[in-house]
Amino acid sequence: MKYLFEIVCVLLIIGIFVLTQVVGNQFYFFIGFVILQYMVLATAWNILGGYGGYVNFGSAGFLATGAYTSVALINFLDIGLVEQIIAGGAIAGLLGFVTGYLTLRLRGVYFAIATLALAIILETVVAHWDYVGGAAGTSILPKRKPELFDIMVVDRKTGIFANYKEFLFFLMGTVAIISVWIARYIENSKLGRGLNAIKDSEEAAECMGVPTLRLKLIATTISGAMMGVAGAPLASYLTFIDPLSAFNLEYAVNAIAMPMIGGTVSWMGPVIGALLLGTAQQVSSLWIQSELNLLIVGVLLVIFVIIAPEGIVGWFRKSRKGSRG
Amino acid sequence: MSDPLLRIEGVSKHFGGFTALNNVTTHVNPGERFGLIGPNGSGKTTMINCVSGLLRNEEGKIIFDGKDVTDLKPHKRTGAGIARSFQIPRPFHTMSVIENLMIPAEFVGHHRGEKTDDRAEAMEILETMGMADKAEDPTTDLTQIELRKLELARAMAAKPKLLISDEAMAGLTGQEVDEVIDILFKMNERGITIIMIEHIMRAVMRFSQRIICLDAGQLIAEGTPEEIVKDKGVERAYLGSTDDG
Repeated sequence: MKYLFEIVCVLLIIGIFVLTQVVGNQFYFFIGFVILQYMVLATAWNILGGYGGYVNFGSAGFLATGAYTSVALINFLDIGLVEQIIAGGAIAGLLGFVTGYLTLRLRGVYFAIATLALAIILETVVAHWDYVGGAAGTSILPKRKPELFDIMVVDRKTGIFANYKEFLFFLMGTVAIISVWIARYIENSKLGRGLNAIKDSEEAAECMGVPTLRLKLIATTISGAMMGVAGAPLASYLTFIDPLSAFNLEYAVNAIAMPMIGGTVSWMGPVIGALLLGTAQQVSSLWIQSELNLLIVGVLLVIFVIIAPEGIVGWFRKSRKGSRG
Repeated sequence: MSDPLLRIEGVSKHFGGFTALNNVTTHVNPGERFGLIGPNGSGKTTMINCVSGLLRNEEGKIIFDGKDVTDLKPHKRTGAGIARSFQIPRPFHTMSVIENLMIPAEFVGHHRGEKTDDRAEAMEILETMGMADKAEDPTTDLTQIELRKLELARAMAAKPKLLISDEAMAGLTGQEVDEVIDILFKMNERGITIIMIEHIMRAVMRFSQRIICLDAGQLIAEGTPEEIVKDKGVERAYLGSTDDG
């Protein structure tokens, strides 16, 4: 069936909505949000890093751009969550485009360093920008009784969602599913094949008619926008935001580690990686020790680099091929 | 006589203080088999990089098919009909053999608004190369000669008017060299103009209708294979000067 994947996506979104209505324990939405946010971030990273071979080390910078776009706009216009997500995506996408234009002539490790530097510069700027809280951070009180197209969204009695945790979980779930759909679409498109050619040999790709610069700019823009979308609701989720939490190194590390562990060749890789690693991190930091989660990432990365360098997806594909003959 | 397909007019390329190409002027006629020779470091690959667009020449013009392509990016030139192979094979190594051919087929073919069956055409190219049975293989399983053939096949998939073969035979055995020459002859019979860069003299002499020789970035000789063989300048460039005069 041609639209099977799309139908599954819609069913999943409905499923997430039903969960928010049925499950009473808010704690699940609290950790579920983080895992879904990582799914968006990892999927976004993989579009440039997995398909195009350009390693972005500054994912936290793009995520924080989304988060701080929200903060600035909440202070300035008091806009709602959905608008924040759109604005955060737009600004981070623009940042992706500009970064791409300035740095894509750099290859390999130099590109990675440039993106890392970008995140550090942005963090410094934000830390000195008092309007959004500066280095000390700022509290964000979610809008009371938000409405969207005259429909009450969050209210204990009359709203669609009883509280913000449910609404945020639903939003991030929807964003995650749309992100995965976009990644899968790109993977099977001319853009995806062109990016793969760039990853394998940029000069050969260019000489075979692939407009390398244009494709890379499209990829940095889409990837940046998706990261911004992942970050936009962060302030509302935490109800407090400071540069340390928004530019956290964990975002940059996980954005790379999750696709690597899941497998970078397919849209499934970041999804599997985020579910696996994200869940392991949440469980360990909540029930065992909060410092443990980076250790888990490190150990898993080492194991996977040795046993399955192409990630879980690559490992399955290989073993399937092997059994065929 | 018809207009040349490719004209190189006064092209110079400098790397810092080093002059890799110095005011080179030549042309290639439609349908011609054109040889480009010269000792190591004489500027052959630089010239080809300037023609394919990987390098920009600071001076001079490159006119292809009546259009000035000097300021065009490589992918635009490929779209216009210039395709090349690489001296050191650069396959798209995460793809299968046929997928390698689908890249130029899709990106160049689409550019021209053609909607033919890319896959069937790619298979046909592989058949003429004797590589049809390798179509689904990963490129990491290929041998040296197969990689060289893949370079040529992939360039062919871009449906070029001009094919530049950059040392497609270096390191191959005598029999393999003959095989590659046969493939190039076949392409030429289909009307594709071919520039062959080669160190293997036997191959260039047998294949080319006209040859130019570069030495230290200068064009030092131009003519038929017979004329080139007798040329004193070419002899000096390859063997050094003799002091019997």
